[in-house]
Amino acid sequence: METILAITVGAFFAASIYLMLSRKLVRVLMGIAILGNAVNLLIFTSGRLLREVPPIIPAHAYVPEAITANPLPQALVLTAIVISFSFFAFFLVLGYRAYQELGTDDMLEMRVAEPVNEPEPPLGY
Amino acid sequence: MAATKTGVDIAAAMITHPTAAADWLLVAPVLLCMVGGATTLILRKNVRIQPLVGISLLALLVLTNLGLFAHVWQNGVVTMVMGQWLPPFGIAFTADALGVTLALIASIVGLLAGIYAAGSIAASERRYGFYPFLFMLLCGVSGAFLTGDIFNLYVWFEVLLISSFGLLVLGNTTLQIDGALKYALLNLIGTTLFLIATGLLYGLLGTLNMADIALKSRALGDSGPLLGISALYFLAFAMKAAAFPVNFWLPASYHTPRIVVSALFAGLLTKVGVYALLRVLVLLLPAGHNWMHGLITVVAIVTMLTGVLGALAQADVRRTIGYLVISGIGSMLAGIAVGSEVALTGAIMYAVHSILAMTALFLIFGITGKDRGTFNLRELGGMYRRAPLLSAATLILLFAAVGLPPFSGFWPKVLLVDGALAAGQGWLAGTILLASILTAITVGRIWIFAFWRGGPEGIADGTQGVETGPEAMPLQVPFTAWLPLAVLIAMIFWLGLQPEGLMQLAETGAHTLLDPTAYVQSVFGVTP
Amino acid sequence: MNTVIFRTVAPFLTALMLLFSVFVLLRGHNEPGGGFIGGLIAVSAFAILGIACGVAAVRRALVMHPMSVAASGLLLAVASVLPSLFKSQAAMTSQWLEFTLFDTPIALSTPMFFDIGVYLVVVGAITSIALSLEERESD
Repeated sequence: METILAITVGAFFAASIYLMLSRKLVRVLMGIAILGNAVNLLIFTSGRLLREVPPIIPAHAYVPEAITANPLPQALVLTAIVISFSFFAFFLVLGYRAYQELGTDDMLEMRVAEPVNEPEPPLGY
Repeated sequence: MAATKTGVDIAAAMITHPTAAADWLLVAPVLLCMVGGATTLILRKNVRIQPLVGISLLALLVLTNLGLFAHVWQNGVVTMVMGQWLPPFGIAFTADALGVTLALIASIVGLLAGIYAAGSIAASERRYGFYPFLFMLLCGVSGAFLTGDIFNLYVWFEVLLISSFGLLVLGNTTLQIDGALKYALLNLIGTTLFLIATGLLYGLLGTLNMADIALKSRALGDSGPLLGISALYFLAFAMKAAAFPVNFWLPASYHTPRIVVSALFAGLLTKVGVYALLRVLVLLLPAGHNWMHGLITVVAIVTMLTGVLGALAQADVRRTIGYLVISGIGSMLAGIAVGSEVALTGAIMYAVHSILAMTALFLIFGITGKDRGTFNLRELGGMYRRAPLLSAATLILLFAAVGLPPFSGFWPKVLLVDGALAAGQGWLAGTILLASILTAITVGRIWIFAFWRGGPEGIADGTQGVETGPEAMPLQVPFTAWLPLAVLIAMIFWLGLQPEGLMQLAETGAHTLLDPTAYVQSVFGVTP
Repeated sequence: MNTVIFRTVAPFLTALMLLFSVFVLLRGHNEPGGGFIGGLIAVSAFAILGIACGVAAVRRALVMHPMSVAASGLLLAVASVLPSLFKSQAAMTSQWLEFTLFDTPIALSTPMFFDIGVYLVVVGAITSIALSLEERESD
């Protein structure tokens, strides 16, 4: 199971890096979304896998009665999902605004903050 | 509760001895920032009262950090574990000399930025959330400096990242959106790399508590996975700190927001990256630190040189200062690369100096930029005649940025060069000095063109520029602008004349990083 | 989307979903559920109302601005951290208040108030994002 998940994580990373290398903003955003999922899967896998035993302590006990799945990676993944979800929402709005303002979704043409022909500073004293 | 009924030994999982009220100072900065953020958010429509409440809460934050500082000064490293859980299970907050010093300086800079913003940020932008974002930024920064848990460090990074996005687009101009897009994308990738490394580290060691990691990674020695994780951490934090090959988001974005936001970013954000490098590479993963020694040295040298050469090539003073921030990061990396106690002391002192000096420089050019409506060096000029005191203050700051005595930039550079020479790294020491000379050329040009000469380009020298009109009037500097500047310059002066206190602090911080006994003892109670 | 059936049903659906979100919030104390997921359910309730009756109706129904809701949730969460200070315990240690009201044993705890704070933060923050996105569509 770990092997399959490891290969999946690798495929996710490959896809996201390929997309993020694109010049088009939308593809970069897709890449970011996939990157977040790749990391979540990675954390989940690195916390060791165990099938079908939820880490819930029964009402009558104070400690788990048998070996359960590791709850910590689940907590970490939940935090990471919340964060990547809110960031992705922010990026969608920012990307849309950038497209409206700059009239392009090509990263190479977004040169407002760093113009192509920047004036030189005064040379010499 | 009903533990005795079930026969479960609570003492095996939870702390049973009482927590001193003074230990609450550890979480107080973070809680106070949250309260401040919430209060200013509720008050956002009341543009008259909101800055007053914000500034008084920021002042309270500084006092709280002073209290924490005194607590750590007296008792050494202090720890509090959330919810009484025994470490390494609970999330620990651990403050050592390094973290608490930086948290204190950060809160002071936050207070000064809050005061400056009261006079410079438009009411509509205050309603849009300047103060709430400022508080959340400080919340993230204080949390990052004080936490003792590596996943918690990631969460604080995200808190400060998302509030920095909010601050960056305050004003909503095309320029800002272009800058914010690049800043946001690259910084998010940086923190995601941090998360990847943390996931792998958890898989390897099974713990997230920093003291526990420090012990287990030392026990593991030179293992391949550990070295790979260290390399990932280095890449992630180098991105946050703006080290050479991964620093192009900084000059693309730092000149776009409101000037007080630029000042905050230049002061705080990259230093959080440096702090994380110190904490993770030196304290947690010394094997990886030793292994990457050569790489860090090369990165430090190239960052110092490209930073200052980039500064030389810019016409916009804000971009020049942005590149000077990068060059300073190179100096701090040089300290990390050498890794001896002297060099790390120098790096920590340089971080403090850089926070103060870079914030103050941005604030100064905020004043001149607001007056002239431009940041282009060709169009500035004639400031000396109109504002001699401000010009003198700028000269002090620029000298401090170069590292001339008697200002705060001098001692860190002495320690860094001393540490590099003691470690037999003459090249590194030489580069630090060369970068200082090039910085002197850059800042000399800024001062001569923006302040000393008679007027903007086109006015012949010696004619004293424009004799009448608004151009000839003395520059009016509002109270909200000169007070923060005066405080920053006084601190820079004081740290140059009386560096012993800071040096002792930085030395304690560096010692705790290299020898984690005190840190581990504070978290686990006894020597394990 | 703006059919008569939808407009008639939406307020009832919203009320039901809000009730369910509170149920999920309180259930989260001992069983699956909690403030975050409860908050998301409440946000979807407001989003449905916004689609059916317009954003202005939602803003009127909420009375407070969503960001103020989020801010008060943050304040509540911070306040729920503090009680353990007075019992010389570490931050976020859970404190319990157990009493009997009309022969019903009731146990109040600080984690529950923290969860309610989280619920309010999620409701406020995400509702304000959702409403601003819905507003943009209409213009």
